[in-house]
Amino acid sequence: MGKYRTTIGLEVHVQLKTHSKMFCGCGTDFGAPPNTHVCPVCLGYPGALPVMNRDAIRLTVISGLMLGCRINSYSKFDRKNYFYPDMPKNYQITQYDLPLCLGGSVEIEVGGRVRTIGITRIHLEEDVAKNLHYATWSGIDFNRAGVPLMEIVSEPDLESPEEASAYLLALRQILTYAGVSDCNLEEGNMRCDANCSLRPADRVELGTKVEIKNINTVKGVQGALEYEEIRQAEALDGGRTIVQETRRWDADLGITSSMRTKEDAHDYRYFPEPDLMPVALPAEQVAAWKAALPELPQARRERFVAQYGLPEYDARVLAAERAVADYFEAALRLIPGSPKAVSNWVMTDVLRVLSERTIDIGRFPIPADALAELIGLAEKRVINSNTARDVFALMLDEGGRAGDIVKTRGLAQVSDTAAIEKVVEQAIAENAKSAEDFRQGKAAALKFLVGQVMRLSKGKANPQMATEMLVARLGKG
Amino acid sequence: MTQAYQDTQQAGATIDVRYVANLARLNLTDAEVATFQAQLSQIVAYVNEIRALDVEGVEPTAHAAPVRNVFRDDVVVPGLEREQAIANAPEHSADLFKVPTIVE
Repeated sequence: MGKYRTTIGLEVHVQLKTHSKMFCGCGTDFGAPPNTHVCPVCLGYPGALPVMNRDAIRLTVISGLMLGCRINSYSKFDRKNYFYPDMPKNYQITQYDLPLCLGGSVEIEVGGRVRTIGITRIHLEEDVAKNLHYATWSGIDFNRAGVPLMEIVSEPDLESPEEASAYLLALRQILTYAGVSDCNLEEGNMRCDANCSLRPADRVELGTKVEIKNINTVKGVQGALEYEEIRQAEALDGGRTIVQETRRWDADLGITSSMRTKEDAHDYRYFPEPDLMPVALPAEQVAAWKAALPELPQARRERFVAQYGLPEYDARVLAAERAVADYFEAALRLIPGSPKAVSNWVMTDVLRVLSERTIDIGRFPIPADALAELIGLAEKRVINSNTARDVFALMLDEGGRAGDIVKTRGLAQVSDTAAIEKVVEQAIAENAKSAEDFRQGKAAALKFLVGQVMRLSKGKANPQMATEMLVARLGKG
Repeated sequence: MTQAYQDTQQAGATIDVRYVANLARLNLTDAEVATFQAQLSQIVAYVNEIRALDVEGVEPTAHAAPVRNVFRDDVVVPGLEREQAIANAPEHSADLFKVPTIVE
């Protein structure tokens, strides 16, 4: 760009991981048949009274603490009034002037540049119902209505679409570390509205902002903002003014389009929700939650380097996802002497399978203790590394413990000198030409002979010992 | 404080009854507009009277009752059966509440 500066702020909606809804006891599990988790409260029946879910408050405060927010000691709920079929009581219960959390920040890194993105506030509200559209009518499913929804509002600190997507990823990482949400984008756990404006590079005051609604993927956020940057720059180049409006991102077409909302639609007439009493969090309670916070991703990365002596790269890969980091540490606890070996197995073999099968580590078939047992056998040279990979594949498909598999299939590495000696002799006898080549100084012949020893021993010979014996027999190559 | 509240704080502010009625999706006759204009003005005047009170040192509050932290535990309890839930809807399909096509 160069000619213009981009300013972006994000409002991120995150569904909290509670069992029941925000103001009633209906379940929150995703994918249930339509309208099966409903009651008079979340259907908005007149006279039905909401009661706050204690855990939703706790999870919001924990999120705030993880993001370095100040926790309001006195907080209340308000009604946001509007008419829309997904909210039949004609107001959404949310927080207006006294949200649970204020301030805070998220650190991002784009192109080697580290920046701190401010958070304005985090408030708690109820999610709305889901609209389904058909040819001649629309249908409403209220299962989602009333699910606790946390809104995290950023400062307009983001300067590019890449930064916006880095911010979302960093936020998701921290929130999944905190265990407050699954942040599963396909299930709509995390949704995003973006505010975006452009201004000439030499001007200080911000340009007219455009709001892009309901973007549901990280890729979508970046795509929508990249499109807006170009659209707004072209408008400014052409001497047109940017209209302050709400636009919709169409992921299929890759464009944003005006939603033509009426101007007065944004007059929400907030007022205090009379059906809910205020929340006053005792300082001791907040302090106790703060003391029990899980490690932040960055702290865990640094600890992996300091405590286990892992390379920076390994630490970053392993700590990217809390569940993977937990898995790594659970395995390492059983073989504490081999951090690098465990790291290699998790980074290459485990993560490869996860990406091939597009599953998360929670559904990975080999438990951490079983992987530790396998790595232990390889580290103690009971099996060689090729056999270890075969056993891994067996455990993956058929389950079972490495020790049992090695025993029942007779896979243990043969380190018995006499036994290997016999196979070495056989290999030399059967491959006299190669043996001669090696004696004449052809180093590659040794590799071939070791391969023959491994073949004749059905992969069980200790390859180091076989190599040493071949060299001893044939003289230095 | 809320916008509506701030508006009433402005002494002598007149309420745009048609605008407010539209926000509430109310279709008013001219006679009704006149009636509500007078009534709402009286309410604003009353609020302005309260403004004259000395509230120095009084904490603003959204609730009069000194009750805080009314919570429930995060426990799932059975709600309505779907058939019950959609029975009162003016229109419904097998599993959804039916509404006129929603145009965003």
